[in-house]
Amino acid sequence: MSCVREEAVAPAFAACYVHRVIKDDHPTALLTVRGLSKSFAGVRALRGVDFDVLPGEVHCLLGQNGAGKSTLIKTLAGAHRPDGGELLWEGEPVEIGSTTAAIELGIGTMYQELDVVDGLTVAENIFLGHERSTGGVLHRRASAKAASELLARLGHRELSPHAEVGDLSPASKQIVSMARALSHDVKLIIMDEPSAVLDSEEVANLFRVVEQLTAQGIAVVYISHRLEEIRRIGDRITVLKDGASTASGLPVAETPTPELIRLMTGRSVANVFPPAVPIAPDAPVLLEAEGLALRGVFEGVDLTVRAGEVVGLAGLVGSGRSEILETIYGARKSTAGSVKVDGRALRPGSVDAAVRAGIGLSPEERKSQGLILDEPIFRNVTLSSFARFARGGLLDERTERRVAREQIDALELRPADPDRSARTLSGGNQQKILLARWLVHGTKVLLLDEPSRGVDVGARAEIYALIRRLAEAGTAILVVSSEIEEVLGLADRVHVIADGRVLTERDASDLTEHDVLDLVLKGTAA
Amino acid sequence: MTTDTASAPPQPRSGAERSPLRKLFSGSAGRSIGLVVALLVICVAGAVSGGDRFVDFGNVITILSQASIIGVVAIGMTFVITAGGIDLSVGSVLGLTTIVGSLTAVQAVAADSSWLVMVLLALLVGLGVGLVNGVVIAYGNVVAFMATLAMLVGARGLAELVGERRTFVVSDPGFKAFFRGDLFGVPVLVIMFALVAVAGWFLLNRTTFGRRTVAIGGNREAARLAGVNVKRHLVAVYALAGLTAGIAGVMMMARTNSGTSTHGLLYELDAIAMVVIGGTLLIGGRGTIMGTVLGVLIFSTLTNVFTLNNLSTSVQAVVKGVIIVVAVLLQQRFAKRT
Repeated sequence: MSCVREEAVAPAFAACYVHRVIKDDHPTALLTVRGLSKSFAGVRALRGVDFDVLPGEVHCLLGQNGAGKSTLIKTLAGAHRPDGGELLWEGEPVEIGSTTAAIELGIGTMYQELDVVDGLTVAENIFLGHERSTGGVLHRRASAKAASELLARLGHRELSPHAEVGDLSPASKQIVSMARALSHDVKLIIMDEPSAVLDSEEVANLFRVVEQLTAQGIAVVYISHRLEEIRRIGDRITVLKDGASTASGLPVAETPTPELIRLMTGRSVANVFPPAVPIAPDAPVLLEAEGLALRGVFEGVDLTVRAGEVVGLAGLVGSGRSEILETIYGARKSTAGSVKVDGRALRPGSVDAAVRAGIGLSPEERKSQGLILDEPIFRNVTLSSFARFARGGLLDERTERRVAREQIDALELRPADPDRSARTLSGGNQQKILLARWLVHGTKVLLLDEPSRGVDVGARAEIYALIRRLAEAGTAILVVSSEIEEVLGLADRVHVIADGRVLTERDASDLTEHDVLDLVLKGTAA
Repeated sequence: MTTDTASAPPQPRSGAERSPLRKLFSGSAGRSIGLVVALLVICVAGAVSGGDRFVDFGNVITILSQASIIGVVAIGMTFVITAGGIDLSVGSVLGLTTIVGSLTAVQAVAADSSWLVMVLLALLVGLGVGLVNGVVIAYGNVVAFMATLAMLVGARGLAELVGERRTFVVSDPGFKAFFRGDLFGVPVLVIMFALVAVAGWFLLNRTTFGRRTVAIGGNREAARLAGVNVKRHLVAVYALAGLTAGIAGVMMMARTNSGTSTHGLLYELDAIAMVVIGGTLLIGGRGTIMGTVLGVLIFSTLTNVFTLNNLSTSVQAVVKGVIIVVAVLLQQRFAKRT
């Protein structure tokens, strides 16, 4: 093995390659990112990201869910405008004001959520926005031929350029997305979790393509949270945490895994979780799921939650954790197994039955699934129980407001005005509305999906304390979060989930974040 | 305690598996076959009940003539609906263009120069109103339904104001000679519909404009990320719908020899129904000019059969309503899940 090998970007030579580039050549970075920041409605998604991408390297971006990876990518692709910071392209300051501007610079992007149009064919998707045409009239044969060549270059000759994309599997859609990125004259390709929908053979093929690209001097920014993939194809790593880069341009071969996990997770808010309270030995089991399954998503899920207990489900996006909650709640109809509340079985697929039995759900997408945004706080609070506030079919708004005000005071909801519309509240206070709704309803079992999503770090502690108080009051709580630390900090017991299976069930105090990541990464990669 | 489940991980959801029948009907050819069959059934019903009165060249021309004006409007509507929008204003815009095209002053100018002045003015008014719709929707972020509902009311009112609630008789001999003429027995209006349909088919299927229209209706965000200027494109789509309303306005002036603010009343609803029956998805992302043409023909043939059998317009309306519901139900049944 020699360090002078020119085109070598195979993983084994990665370290050599990095040394060669940095020490011998001093090339100008293709892309330099300095202090990039971006906020959405007051929530800071990026707060100072620094890294640079060299021509022909595979630069990996590593970070947990919510670390700001997707926002960063969309900013580089021109889909978001940054609030602050600086971008240099081949040494020159640039502004990427639109997706077209990014493409013109030579930045191609493969987005995580499949950014293809189902009603168009493969070739039509590949050349969307830069169709092969003269005076607006399409060159259909030429673009089909060019599409075939691109697909062949990607090792997917079997994909017909005339196939309708809506009929393709997610993996094939991914290929189409990649072909589209390559259909431009690119110097940099951003790949956002490209392996998420691929099987191992397809991943090997993807890596072969990545090696071909880098051999041609094209740089690849590769986003993944699968460490073993990064080890296989990455040259350097930048780690993101809470919207900032905690380490930038680390050589892959020289950075040990524990160091990477520490950089990804080591946060300072660990002490915000309220202490767990021992559960009474005779506390009744309020929620019990046995062999619960949803075909194609998860199966064989057994879990129990006792009064006063907080049970957590830990797993990555796509592991099936949110679907488990939704199935218990009856929003999805289980294909096997049963759910019991207080010992009584629920009719599957009926939200009505679940709510009447005393289950409440605070959904992941609070704004689209939980709140009626333009209605005042008090009506959102009483939404699940307003029959109680009606006399002869007429709603008694005075009582509604009074009950809502009690909750506002108890939960320290701000602003403390029951007539403010839910839309105007911060994420943390919107979360409190949902908790208040179930408190008013007298819920026995509370399902919380991503309780701190879109909630500022400061307000999280309040939400955590609130959840613990609810448990102490005798509610059985099942919580799902993509932030493993949150699950471990909140829950008494944790189920670790990957690919729709429960890998293990343990006391939260017996698990570290590192253990869970380790389990999940192995479980997913297997 | 560790409770590892022994079962294998569930298989990832595979691509859509569909029965051959479903595949046939979800393809664009399959949907058209269904429409052709429906049209044939109506024709057979017409031949059986109407006999020689139905199976007659003159009657076929009558059907096509009745189809031509609403057909042109429906072609423009196909683009709007394919792009994921809706245009409720086309009927009112049609009325407005007939007024502007036939104003006494305009006809006076036309008499001094050329009847093309009437045509151009009508087309420009249609195009202009469509542009306003598009700008309000794309750049003002007003929901298409509301923006064009406002235009439905506003354009009709404007037509009444401009025309002072009068009906203008089209007297220009050149205009009448051209548009009321025929070619080998086929009226000019029918030829105009055919030309607009062919142009629409070409625009939708063979140009970047059509391709991007489908993309925006199918996945607006994906189109934006691919570098399509979505807002500008939407303005163009609504402008196109306005332009077809203008063309239909010219045709209406020719057929009725008049311009009045009540021309094109409720055309927007008929056009939407024809487009959707044709197989264009109401949520956007899939459009077919062929289907729209068939939808137009089904409606006008049906009207013809009913008229020949002396059935009241009320019965026609009920049957049309049933047909619309059945068509949409079928479309949902055979459309693949998204």
